[in-house]
Amino acid sequence: MEIAALTEIIVVTSGKGGVGKTTSSASLSVGLAKRGKKVAVIDFDVGLRNLDLIMGCERRVVYDFVNVIQGDCTLKQALIKDKRFDNLFVLAASQTRDKDALSREGVEAVLTELAAEGFDYVICDSPAGIEKGASLAMYFADRAIVVVNPEVSSVRDSDRILGLLASKTRRSENGQTIEPHLLLTRYNPSRVESGDMMSIKDVEEILGIRTVGVIPESEGVLAASNAGVPVILDDVSNAGQAYDDAVARLLGEDVPMRFTESNKKGLFARMFGG
Amino acid sequence: MGVFDFLKLRSKAPPSANVAKERLRIIVAQERAQRGTPDYISVLRREILEVIRKYVNVDPDAVQINVERDGDHEVLELSVSLPDKPDFVTATR
Repeated sequence: MEIAALTEIIVVTSGKGGVGKTTSSASLSVGLAKRGKKVAVIDFDVGLRNLDLIMGCERRVVYDFVNVIQGDCTLKQALIKDKRFDNLFVLAASQTRDKDALSREGVEAVLTELAAEGFDYVICDSPAGIEKGASLAMYFADRAIVVVNPEVSSVRDSDRILGLLASKTRRSENGQTIEPHLLLTRYNPSRVESGDMMSIKDVEEILGIRTVGVIPESEGVLAASNAGVPVILDDVSNAGQAYDDAVARLLGEDVPMRFTESNKKGLFARMFGG
Repeated sequence: MGVFDFLKLRSKAPPSANVAKERLRIIVAQERAQRGTPDYISVLRREILEVIRKYVNVDPDAVQINVERDGDHEVLELSVSLPDKPDFVTATR
């Protein structure tokens, strides 16, 4: 079975939990859909379903990923069409406790069917950790987005994930590589400037990968998850705009980084109106 | 913030971000070196250390094991640093 090359599979992963994988998966999916791409976003976190809440479709989940794999329903029945974009679909995680409910063959069958249905992008929202769910989420990926907070444990865990991406994926087994992109989240420019937080360059140097986006720490993120509207749709918030820039870069556009410098003026600038 | 607080700030320890970066640089390099080495290496290292300690008192980190990839084959490199003045363990067996 070959997954058609026209469909690009992107895993959103991190190792550490709570760094913003699901928030990022939701916003990147919406951003791609907004640009006219046909997108499916899959929650691989078996047992701890959350993507549906962030996408705002939690009350419309009837069938989930495991139901499809086990043949309880068709893929079409389980795909939830987004209310805002009719070219965007969500496949919810199962709430079963059985961690073995996902199988590599089952995941491959779902991805193959999505490719046959003409999807341009499949976003795989990985669970935290390096267990089965995380390894299946990355196994078939063509590209990887590694979500990192500028903080020691997140950076260290991401490096573990980079090692797995380079060795435990289908591409690596075929002697190919997966292009990893760094997505820095919860970035606080003024703390970076005061020396209390690692900078984009620091994290890039340690991990040795290029940055696809920097999402500033923003109140908009919590507000968006409260409302079930991915933050990228909040075009007033810095985080929403930063996600939109990241999507443009994913599509190959050359967009300068924004919100990476604090706009607090120094004492002299304030005194002399600089 | 008073005038004296300002003076205190100037003599503070290095910014914590630099400390974080330095710690990460070291641990990430160490973990990358271990990556891809066979799982038995740590057990092998411990057992070799036990054998050596029957004869010589050495530090736990005196035994270094590396697996080097050289083209198609792998080389198991083992180095044991003995103390300057060997403190022999009397063999009673």
